[in-house]
Amino acid sequence: MDRVYILIMGFLSVVIVNNFVFTKFLGTCPYLGVSGRLDTAFGMGMAVTFVTAMSGIMTWLIDFYVLVPLGLEITRYICYIVVIAGAVQLVEMYVKKFFPVLNKSFGIFLPLISTNCVILGLCLFINIWGTNNLLEVAVLSTGTGFGFAVAICIMAAIRENLIMVDVPESFKGAPVTLITAGLLTMAFMGFTGMIR
Amino acid sequence: MAGESSVKINYLGALTAGLWRENPTFRLLIGMCPPLAVTTAVKPALTMGLSVIFVLVCSNLAISLMRNLLKPHLRIIMFCLSIATFVTICDLYLRAFAPVMSEILGAYVPLIIVNCIIIFRAEACASKNDVWFSILDGIGSGTGFTIALCIMAGIREILASGTFAGIAVMPRGFVPWAAMQMPVGAFVTLGLLLGLASLLTAKKAN
Repeated sequence: MDRVYILIMGFLSVVIVNNFVFTKFLGTCPYLGVSGRLDTAFGMGMAVTFVTAMSGIMTWLIDFYVLVPLGLEITRYICYIVVIAGAVQLVEMYVKKFFPVLNKSFGIFLPLISTNCVILGLCLFINIWGTNNLLEVAVLSTGTGFGFAVAICIMAAIRENLIMVDVPESFKGAPVTLITAGLLTMAFMGFTGMIR
Repeated sequence: MAGESSVKINYLGALTAGLWRENPTFRLLIGMCPPLAVTTAVKPALTMGLSVIFVLVCSNLAISLMRNLLKPHLRIIMFCLSIATFVTICDLYLRAFAPVMSEILGAYVPLIIVNCIIIFRAEACASKNDVWFSILDGIGSGTGFTIALCIMAGIREILASGTFAGIAVMPRGFVPWAAMQMPVGAFVTLGLLLGLASLLTAKKAN
């Protein structure tokens, strides 16, 4: 029971309290770039969730069973980036085959998931947190991707309404989006301290 | 003679383009994570900027050298691998010679690997141009990025704790704005700066 409790709390923690976008500023580029429309944002969120879950688990396994026993920690970053690029390649092939419309609206941002900081950030933070149990890693990875999806969907919903607002000329586009994001983080700050 | 001078101008252009005309943060809106994440104080921001300059110059150099061997579909992975190598060097160097900074920057140093600026410069410049041009381009873009980081960090540090790079600059009665140290300060400051940048550009154009 205790372990289930820890897992649920860990999941909620990375989704809401320690959301990577709002507290660690990771994944800001797609967050600003793809959040124009809700359906695209949702697809992006799902793709990122899948890639984070896959690469989080894979990199942890590689780290735990190959790199650390062999004393090859120095090549860690290179291994991570290869795993992530492979996972993204998989998603890209899948989306191209089964969701051609979505593929078109993603454009350049789909292959760019491999340079999404959320994913590499998660792999590194799992390392820093010292998680040493596969189930926990799986839950945290999925949760992180899910947190990104939540953040980008909220943003997309706001931006769809923002189109109708009269924003000063020079603040149109990225500046007003950033300020909105700032206000959103303030809302999410209300959760601080709820879970570890 | 005419040809030579035009080449020179070209090289100078590569160096200065990144400073304002193609400033990665303010004009191209790429690599937005570090300007938000490491700018609570000036010193870590400067360290981050210097690390990015180092990685950018080295990876531009390496990619420019192998640009004729690159296959289109393996391009991105080759970029990532060469960048990851230089970031590892940089990370180990910081850990050995600047342990305090390394501690503060934490995971953001290895995250330089996925910084869009470096891949963008590799794709847009180094994979098409010769070695010297790519190096100058790396220095230019890196410096532009560092300046942007320092402006952000300066504003946030002065308002959040009344100091600049650790030296007190505000009068005694100054009440620190705690919000500037938090994520909201980062997002709003960057948003206002971007608005200012586009305002200046629009004024210049008129």
